[in-house]
Amino acid sequence: MLPSADVKSMLPDGVHVIVKRDCATCVMVAPLLTQLQSSHGITIYSQDDASFPDTAKVIHDADLSISWHNNIETVPTVIKVVDGVETARIVGWLQNEWSHMFNLPNVGDGLPAYRPGCGSLSVDPDKVDALRAKFEGSLLVSRRVEIASLEDEMEALFARGWTDGLPVVPPTQERVMRMLSGTSLAPTDIVAIAPPDLVELTVEKIAINAVMAGCLPEYLPWVIAALKAVCTDEFNMHGVLATTMPVGPVIVCSGPGSRAIGMNSGVNVLGQGNRANMTIGRAVQLTIRNVGGGRPGEIDRAAHGMPGKLSFCFAEDEIDSPWTSLAVARGVAADTDAVTVFAGEGPRCVTDQLARTPEQLVTSLAATLLTVEHPKLPLAYDAMLVVGPEHARVFGDAGWSRERVIEELHARLQLKGTDIVRGSHGMAEGVLQKYEQLTLPKFRPNGILLVHAGGGAGLFSEIIGGWASGAVGSEPVTQLVTNVGTR
Amino acid sequence: MTTINTTVNTARFVLDPTSEQNPSQRQILARPSSLKGLTVGLLDISKARGDVFLDQIEQRLIGVGASVKRFRKPTFTKPAPVDLRHEIAISCNVVIEALAD
Repeated sequence: MLPSADVKSMLPDGVHVIVKRDCATCVMVAPLLTQLQSSHGITIYSQDDASFPDTAKVIHDADLSISWHNNIETVPTVIKVVDGVETARIVGWLQNEWSHMFNLPNVGDGLPAYRPGCGSLSVDPDKVDALRAKFEGSLLVSRRVEIASLEDEMEALFARGWTDGLPVVPPTQERVMRMLSGTSLAPTDIVAIAPPDLVELTVEKIAINAVMAGCLPEYLPWVIAALKAVCTDEFNMHGVLATTMPVGPVIVCSGPGSRAIGMNSGVNVLGQGNRANMTIGRAVQLTIRNVGGGRPGEIDRAAHGMPGKLSFCFAEDEIDSPWTSLAVARGVAADTDAVTVFAGEGPRCVTDQLARTPEQLVTSLAATLLTVEHPKLPLAYDAMLVVGPEHARVFGDAGWSRERVIEELHARLQLKGTDIVRGSHGMAEGVLQKYEQLTLPKFRPNGILLVHAGGGAGLFSEIIGGWASGAVGSEPVTQLVTNVGTR
Repeated sequence: MTTINTTVNTARFVLDPTSEQNPSQRQILARPSSLKGLTVGLLDISKARGDVFLDQIEQRLIGVGASVKRFRKPTFTKPAPVDLRHEIAISCNVVIEALAD
């Protein structure tokens, strides 16, 4: 958003200086500014005091519009405009640069060579949101909904059917503008077609729902990436909503950016307490609800659902992992920010506190994976296996790679037809009689997704069972996180 | 002395988080008094044993003088493809809409 040199300026030709009285550097150069106004005809803008500098002719930037539209972050700032184009900008007092600009070798004689400026009022944390809404709010095209004067604003949002059952942050213009600073995309950009109503999903609508979910602006690119991923035909969000099974998008975040925004990949990784984990997934679900129109009891027909349909989002622990990350395993370059979405149900714990060899441990994990959905149903469901650090260490110490672990799991998950045919072991559920003489794998070849995450103490892993896998249902989708905001 | 400010708050606005697609009221078409001579579409959504149910429905419809066209979605988890919806629309007079699982 900052102007680079040689861009068209909205200021007239000449040299312009933006100052405020409440700045020691501005006060220091005030006599010089008065002098330069006489000798060079500079234009002086004061942000706070219309009579500063005292003896100069000053334009009072009372509404800070000049400061805002010229991206002034520091005062004093000197801007030179030639033929309608900004050709030079000096931030703060630098004697040699001022000398060069005014072609005066001894400009400001007696002053120190360098003195940094002060913060511009236009970026004052108390003012910036209101200014952004005032000067850029017209970019937003969403309908403005008035909250009646006697209406409680939190209750008003419940009453309009916009929440997931928990309170939401009211999406005021100021908050939405601040949220949009998290991405370099324009509010009008369309990033996906949101099911089930197949609505063009704009960045503005996502930002509104991200505000409601409680996101910080730096989470917005992650929300956008996750929405791009779930709105693909492969992931099939329509089906994930419409199914009577208890699944929702499970969002796994990878890359250095996940750590930069403070996501949790450690203690209580699948639980509550981390703002990014809780609100990124929630923003995705609120967007599908409010923009896509996917509401429980309507298109969402889940018989039971699960608590993770509020938000199910966490980061991989890549730093302490013995393996490559899930994202890298799925083709993303190392140290690149990405999200992987998986249509999954609630997590369940695998306890094995005695296994000390990888063979023992992988056998325990396989025995529990066998029960995903039903121990007699093969090939229909994928699973995500979230291996805790203490379990992963058993594999790491033995030199078992990610691929080796998955291969050993598959080897232990080959089901004899006689064991899984309908009626066997006293259970009606199972495969058709014609498969009785076959051996069928529990999972398709790419049907186990391995993730390293969790707290450092506890010999546990977690299984997240999937939904109808593959082209008939949902494929996991990985999407890069891009267009991170600059301001 | 304390002054109590009783001024009503200035207007508060929030931005609409929805698709803002308020569908206009759609009128329901007049119902036919009889199915005799009409073509009825039955769409099998590809769930197990759905065909058993639809076979029964088909016989009942033929019994009241309707002719029946059968269609099938590739998978029950996804909406019917556009081409299929178009084919149903141009080849049937009546579609029976119902949902069960």
